[in-house]
Amino acid sequence: MDTFFQQLINALSLGAIYGLFALGYALVFSVLGVLNLAHSAVFMTGAFFGLVLIDKLQLPLIVAFPLAMIGAGLVSVALEFIAFRPLRRRGAPRISQLISSIGASILLVSITQLLFQNLYGGTDAYFPRGLVPDEPILLGGLRIVPIRVIILAAALGMMVILQAVVSRTQIGQHMRAVAFNQRVAALLGINVGRVFVTTFFIAGALGGAAGMLYGLVFLNVSPFIGSDVALVGLTAIVLGGLGSINGAVLGGILVAALQTFSTAIGGSSYRNIVVFGILFLLLLVRPQGLLGQPDSTRT
Amino acid sequence: MLELLHVTRQFGGLTALNDVSLNVPAGRVVGLIGPNGAGKTTLINQISGLDHPTSGGINFAGQPIQGAPPHVIARMGIARTYQNIRLFGQMSALQNLLIGQHMQGRGSLLGAIFFSAAYRAEEKRLHLRARELLDRFGLGYAADSPAASLPYGDQRRLELARAIATQPRLLLLDEPTAGMNPSETHALGEHVLALRAEGLTVLVIEHDMPFIHQVCDEIYVLNFGQIIAHGAPDEIKHNPLVIEAYLGHEDSDDGAA
Amino acid sequence: MDSIIEFVITLLKPLGVTEPVFQFMLVSAILGLSIYLTLYTGMFSLASAGFMAIGAYFGVAATQFWHLPLGLGLIIGMLAAGLIAIPIGLPVLRLKDIYLAIATIGFGEVVNVVILNFDDVVAAILTAVQGERVRFRLIEGARGIKNIPRLTETQYLVFFLIIVGFFITRLHRSRFGRSMAAIRDDERAAANMGINVTYVKNIVFILSAMLAAAAGVFSAHLTRIITPDAYGFDRAVDILSFAVLGGTSTWVGSIVGGMTLTALPETLRAVNQYRGVFTGMVLLAVILFLPGGLVDPAGLRATIRRVRSRLRRAAESQGAT
Repeated sequence: MDTFFQQLINALSLGAIYGLFALGYALVFSVLGVLNLAHSAVFMTGAFFGLVLIDKLQLPLIVAFPLAMIGAGLVSVALEFIAFRPLRRRGAPRISQLISSIGASILLVSITQLLFQNLYGGTDAYFPRGLVPDEPILLGGLRIVPIRVIILAAALGMMVILQAVVSRTQIGQHMRAVAFNQRVAALLGINVGRVFVTTFFIAGALGGAAGMLYGLVFLNVSPFIGSDVALVGLTAIVLGGLGSINGAVLGGILVAALQTFSTAIGGSSYRNIVVFGILFLLLLVRPQGLLGQPDSTRT
Repeated sequence: MLELLHVTRQFGGLTALNDVSLNVPAGRVVGLIGPNGAGKTTLINQISGLDHPTSGGINFAGQPIQGAPPHVIARMGIARTYQNIRLFGQMSALQNLLIGQHMQGRGSLLGAIFFSAAYRAEEKRLHLRARELLDRFGLGYAADSPAASLPYGDQRRLELARAIATQPRLLLLDEPTAGMNPSETHALGEHVLALRAEGLTVLVIEHDMPFIHQVCDEIYVLNFGQIIAHGAPDEIKHNPLVIEAYLGHEDSDDGAA
Repeated sequence: MDSIIEFVITLLKPLGVTEPVFQFMLVSAILGLSIYLTLYTGMFSLASAGFMAIGAYFGVAATQFWHLPLGLGLIIGMLAAGLIAIPIGLPVLRLKDIYLAIATIGFGEVVNVVILNFDDVVAAILTAVQGERVRFRLIEGARGIKNIPRLTETQYLVFFLIIVGFFITRLHRSRFGRSMAAIRDDERAAANMGINVTYVKNIVFILSAMLAAAAGVFSAHLTRIITPDAYGFDRAVDILSFAVLGGTSTWVGSIVGGMTLTALPETLRAVNQYRGVFTGMVLLAVILFLPGGLVDPAGLRATIRRVRSRLRRAAESQGAT
């Protein structure tokens, strides 16, 4: 029973990270209508910035974390200007934007790879241990690893803040308006371009935060951690429903739960088959996910 | 030729079509008018197979067609045009008409690969007919231009030509004169009358009343998903229900859409 | 034929292209055609990588386990891919744009995972059936299959490409080819023309799968080793970039794109380390600045028209002053 509880905490904290990451996809998709496949690279740069800030510049975690988030947010904004805006201006089909985000992603990963080589002489690096207490403590008969709980709390905190921003601030209101109908929003005087930039920034910051949390849990950072989560993130948002913010979080938690419990039962080699199998089946049977609109998915 | 029997279409809580029954006799031109949002395009979509009724039946030449997929309905001899023009934009006008004749070809792939005599003869025949149709609709000059590059009025005529290329028995036209000036509209009306003279049955959605008067033998009026009137154009013009339906919606019945 | 090939290779030598590289270029050309077919029908499918893996593994099974010649291995690989494409295509091809892209990426990963776990799963089944522990080692999962003989010859590849190229040109001028283009331009209108869109899409998907599988068989007998991770998302993106670089409006474009992207890292030897940067930049640059790709007759014609009219206007204003 107590392993179950431990696994539950693991699943929830991993799910919170996935959810945070998937939120970035969902935000951009719901406001701009495009899938930003470079988001996983932004996730990775968040971890990378955090690593460099802590490891090379010796900054404390409490300072490095928000800085890494801001850095990732800025990278995401750069993506908007380089890979998305020019195509949108030209009226290019959505698929072109998808392709250019793939190109940007590859570019970003490769550049980071080169930086990794220069800074660490290889493609693996590690967060120093003990930044967040990771010794299990006994609490009412259950062994709890604080880092997991802290991550869960941090991720949930960020989601709550996001929810508040989206529903209570003016910029959040503008984002919702643009997500609902771009043209009408523009007619109402909303600066759609600025909304897009803000959306990309927030999505990037959240993705970067997820990256840092991921690094803190697993300690290993490499230029390729983005690809590990990319498909998980896609599965999460498809599971939750492509346009749905809440769906992204829900999907992230469900995927993490599936991964954790299937690992517990069958061993880690089946982790991926479970995730991709789910994704594939989902697209065949219920592409709109749990919270999405059915008509938008089929031709 | 075409019968709609108590067709109802509901989208969740919204009833787009409510117990619609109408009859399009063979060889006639029937008009369907009504204010915007009345459900006219939804109705056409039920007939062409893009959508299916929630209840009720649609019979074409005695055969039930409700729920059949669009390509099957096309093969039965029903063609349509769209309110916002759906041409094959990247392909030339000629190619659009070649595809329009898809059902007239046997198109053996082996024949195409090996340049068989049957393939060559068929291609020649299709090309000839395509050019005839282009000339008939005054589009000969545009044969090799991409369809999307043609002027608006020509695009509309091309879509009509392509629908005719499918050799339909019933033609569904969805606001074919939208965006046209009165002389273009009248010219289109002449085309439709000529087609009727050749035996074609037509159901046309329109807002342009002069056009309706020019081509239609009878008219159905749709409002809020229900048929509120049916009769000859002159009767409809004076029907109080119809007038109220239009005046109640900031549309006047002078032809402005 | 041999002398022509030798001649071409001698021409390419100064660019750093050797015969083995040329062979890989030809394999990439086949992959380019595979994705071209689906793009020509308006389907954004990234399934070629997965089918390439299927072709590779079935082809190798044919030549290594059943000791069949390469030709039969090719046919078996293509057939396997074609048959698998049927149950995959039917549900997946109904999806739109992004969802189709994601589903086909997912398919590639599923193939990957199946290959990785195949031996273990079969072993587990046999153990359950026979009641005693069975060890099953056939395709070796992650370690892959090694020491595959180098059966692929340049002339096979060239010959194959010529046949496929011919087939595609005839396809374009056939009724079926026209229906493919119609579906690309407007699916609904295509259905109104009596075209059975589902049927056409599935057939094209099967053909594309078979081509990708052929590329897989050929490349397996070139690289001499196959591992499942060589056919994942990265490979799918590579194939996509062949089409994007070359241009999707003509089939020649995909061949040019494939061959160029495969040859360039060899040409710019120093670039090898920066291969990822390079691919990424190419994809971005082409999409942003050269949307029609390298082989873009329509774009070229439009540019010529623009240049001509600008020259004409300049000449007229000169004459006027």
